[in-house]
Amino acid sequence: MGIKVDDISFLYERGTAMQVTALDHVSAEIPDNQFIGLIGHTGSGKSTFVQTLNGLLKVTSGHIYYNGEDIDGDKFDKKKLRSDVGLVFQYPEHQLFEVDVISDVMFGPRNLGLSDAEAKKRALEALESVRMPKSLYKSSPFDLSGGQKRRAAIAGVLAMRPKILILDEPTAGLDPKGRDEILGLIAGMKKELNMTIILVSHSMDDVARYVDRIMVMGGGKLLYDDEPVKVFRHVTELEELGLAAPQITYIMKLLKERGLDVSSDALTVEEAAAEIMAHRRELHV
Amino acid sequence: MFDSITLGQYYQTDSVLHRLDPRVKLVGTFVYLISLFVVDSYVGYIVAALFLAAMIFLSNVPFRYIVRGMKTIVFLLLITVCFNLFLTPGEVIWQAWIFKITKEGLTFAIKMAVRLSLLILGSSIMTLTTTPTQLTDALESLLRPLKKLHVPVHEISMMMSIALRFIPILMEETDKIMKAQIARGADFESKNLIKKIKSMVPLLVPLFISAFRRANDLAMAMEARCYRGGEGRTKMKPLVYKANDRIAYLVLLAFAVVCILTRIYF
Ligand SMILES: Nc1ncnc2c1ncn2[C@@H]1O[C@H](COP(=O)(O)OP(=O)(O)O)[C@@H](O)[C@H]1O
Ligand SMILES: [Mg+2]
Repeated sequence: MGIKVDDISFLYERGTAMQVTALDHVSAEIPDNQFIGLIGHTGSGKSTFVQTLNGLLKVTSGHIYYNGEDIDGDKFDKKKLRSDVGLVFQYPEHQLFEVDVISDVMFGPRNLGLSDAEAKKRALEALESVRMPKSLYKSSPFDLSGGQKRRAAIAGVLAMRPKILILDEPTAGLDPKGRDEILGLIAGMKKELNMTIILVSHSMDDVARYVDRIMVMGGGKLLYDDEPVKVFRHVTELEELGLAAPQITYIMKLLKERGLDVSSDALTVEEAAAEIMAHRRELHV
Repeated sequence: MFDSITLGQYYQTDSVLHRLDPRVKLVGTFVYLISLFVVDSYVGYIVAALFLAAMIFLSNVPFRYIVRGMKTIVFLLLITVCFNLFLTPGEVIWQAWIFKITKEGLTFAIKMAVRLSLLILGSSIMTLTTTPTQLTDALESLLRPLKKLHVPVHEISMMMSIALRFIPILMEETDKIMKAQIARGADFESKNLIKKIKSMVPLLVPLFISAFRRANDLAMAMEARCYRGGEGRTKMKPLVYKANDRIAYLVLLAFAVVCILTRIYF
């Protein structure tokens, strides 16, 4: 089960001089319980792609199937789709509006028609998942710090208990510490909650260490869709797209060029260190 | 989501009208609007309609695009027509229950509908071919004589251009917030009025906050670049009339004269 994307295209401002082809014949499958990184340069169509997945944008051509059903079909329940496929927009803190954090997080579950008690239960769970300090539950969302606001907004989507959670550039505009916090949080959620997560980003370093699979977009097309290690073998092509492999990949590549017979597939500093240590006999030190 | 609000939004393309000096277009639209109230005969309306058709042709904007924008105001148009149709006293030609249509009412309603359509199309041709910046530049330039009377012309036009500049930004923002709330299960399509009003809160609160934040940022950015009002300010692209603009003024003059003639002779 999951989402099957079959040859979809999307045009903005169709039929005017400003027409933009944001998605150009994209096909992919999104199974249950996978951690996916969606990467691409700004304007490559990432946000457009994820918005088609929960039916916020209607594809110009092609089909999207959720659990085997066409989401543009007459009988299809879009509301159910939107609760199953949770989408956290870029700068999600701009959507906060309630008097206090907990009410804001309850907004989603309430829209699903749940009782106040059940909505509250889910909100508390979600806030716990994003590690929001308890003392802030009753504060105004506008009094929170940048990172806290963002976590509150993520909780707002999480409280709907989606089966697939999509986060559009969740680290945009955060400082390195805030970025690592959010990424760690998302990785933790993946382990705890057993759902599919799609992490949209324009930075390889952000996603490389966490995800099972990387989808690379460029000019509205899906260019690569594979395990991280395999995708990073295309360093040169990635660079032409304005993307870069993780920094550690470059170090390993350079070592290899200088004659050390290491594999250049390491994605994290730890993996790289282990790989180098395994070859330390070749080092003349 | 806002596909239908194309009424008068600048349409980027290249055409004779796009290249015209914005002052000509502003004056032209003004003359056209007045002429619609000068003419009072079918011949006059035909002249005005032909003139408009020529402008639409020259503008290079697809007719479909212009008409699509009109959809938003069809309702307004219908109400006006109905009022005129049913409420004008005179010689009755059709009657049912309390509704009656008079001969005068019918003529009046038709004329009103034609006049309003021409009026709206005419002014949207200007905004379709002129960017808001050009428009306020033109306004500032045309109103400059009022400065002698201590009217803050520069400030007014600056305020206008900022307001106009922010319309698309706020519209985009509305679209984004709306989508984000729909993703959280919000329902903006409810038919129930109370529910509809309540559903606006999750949209309006973030929108206002964002508008204030943007206003604040803009004020700060302007101050950081030493903005001190219009005193001694020069322009990067000063408005200068070219040959085409002079021809356009002549065409306008001819059109105005013809309109006045139809008023006298028909
Ligand atoms: N609302 C919109 N109207 C018109 N064009 C748009 C709109 N949103 C995005 N685009 C265009 O679609 C393309 C893909 O945009 P987007 O999906 O936002 O890319 P990304 O999220 O990868 O930065 C870009 O060329 C962008 O300019
Ligand atoms: Mg984006």
